Amino acid sequence: MEALGDIVRGRIRRRELTQQMAVLGFDSLPIVLLTLLAGGMVLALHTARELVNLGAQQYAGGMVAVSVARELGPVLTAVVVAARVGSAIAAELGSMKTTEQVDALRSLAVSPVEYLVVPRLMAAVVMLPVLTVLADATGGLGAYIVSVTQGIAPEEYLRSVQRFLTAYDLFGGLIKAAVFGFIIATVACHSGLRARGGAQGVGHATTSAVVISIVLIYVSDYFLSWVMLSLKGT
Amino acid sequence: MGQQPAVRLEQVVYEVGERCILDGVSLRVEHGEIKAVIGLSGSGKTTLLRHVVGLVRATSGAVFVGEVDITKLSERELDEIRRGTGFVFQGAALFDSLTVFENVAFGPRQHRRLAQSGLRRLVREKLALVGLHEEVEQQMPSELSGGMRKRVGIARALAMEPRVMLFDEPTAGLDPITSRAIEDLIVRLRAELGMSCLVVSHDLEALFRFVDRAALLYGGKIVATGRPAELRSSEDELVRQFVAGSVEGPIHVL
Repeated sequence: MEALGDIVRGRIRRRELTQQMAVLGFDSLPIVLLTLLAGGMVLALHTARELVNLGAQQYAGGMVAVSVARELGPVLTAVVVAARVGSAIAAELGSMKTTEQVDALRSLAVSPVEYLVVPRLMAAVVMLPVLTVLADATGGLGAYIVSVTQGIAPEEYLRSVQRFLTAYDLFGGLIKAAVFGFIIATVACHSGLRARGGAQGVGHATTSAVVISIVLIYVSDYFLSWVMLSLKGT
Repeated sequence: MGQQPAVRLEQVVYEVGERCILDGVSLRVEHGEIKAVIGLSGSGKTTLLRHVVGLVRATSGAVFVGEVDITKLSERELDEIRRGTGFVFQGAALFDSLTVFENVAFGPRQHRRLAQSGLRRLVREKLALVGLHEEVEQQMPSELSGGMRKRVGIARALAMEPRVMLFDEPTAGLDPITSRAIEDLIVRLRAELGMSCLVVSHDLEALFRFVDRAALLYGGKIVATGRPAELRSSEDELVRQFVAGSVEGPIHVL
């Protein structure tokens, strides 16, 4: 809450923010892309052949693209980032807390929320959608390659994507990503700053940050999907 | 202004759940005085020190820094007070992702608009004050020895140019020579910069060499205050036992 207040009042540290955005983006990019490439390929493998057998190959591209944009892209990205970055944030802030570095900040008249939480929170909210765009593209590419090898004509696949995939799907997925970013950073910072009692405390903070944020991602995903489908009215 | 002590605690009570850590502590640090709080490990000395910069909030009572009762301040208002008080943590608490230079420059960078050259000069000056040379500037805290870390911690606090310095066990775990150097440094800070210092420690021998007055914290209360010589010749049984470091007496540790 205090972090939100700081953001609204423009108390943002640019140096820390850029640093966190770089860490968050670059560090998780390879594993995010790998996950989505694999996800898209497997999804296509399961659906393409069935659809060809049913004579419904004109739906293949659309089906996969919509799944990736709405769900696979944002959710898998968020889960990977929660594990990769959420844990790192919780461990870093946790060990800063237990070695009195957080108190040292306060004693130097610097708010830990402003210095530590706000940059991480903003970086996550901004970078999760960016990562998700790249993830969507990679997932789509993986699915395309596999679908084509499964006997779907490239033009037909792309036509199907064009026909079914809407800007609303993509945009909705990115909104989800931003919300997931908020969840990951908030939970990780909160767990980290509440850590106590040395190495064990830091370990506990790290684990609970990952578990809690993943659970919250799943729960919020359900409700966000529900809201988005209701708004779309289909 | 001259009448008010640099730091004054009035009947400070601090409770965590059912446990009462401080049970009505009153204490004064006069301007330019080096005051010590001594006591057993776990007697609440560090907690007491943390009250002075608002890292811990008193359950009741008042903590004056200069003329301001900081228990009434918000976290943001407290920052004003914190700029004028340097806190040296027991484990130094250096920011381990920053170099020595960045650690010492941290406070001024946040609060003062200094050109890079001014900042460089300030850091060099504070490091020199604690007896460190510029070669250490680019080292990371993990590359330093315990004594060096502690000195960097002191330099970091000094870089804020505080009026009051608070030391949490400044010599604990250090070799006798480094300990002595830190004692000399504290004395010099007072002499050259007119700082008031509050030092918390259980190392009586060391403290009695350089402090003006010491207060014994026991059972959450200050049970005795005086000059080192007065405490040494005290008739009070608690003080005598503590000064003598004997197992026999009213204080039971086992």
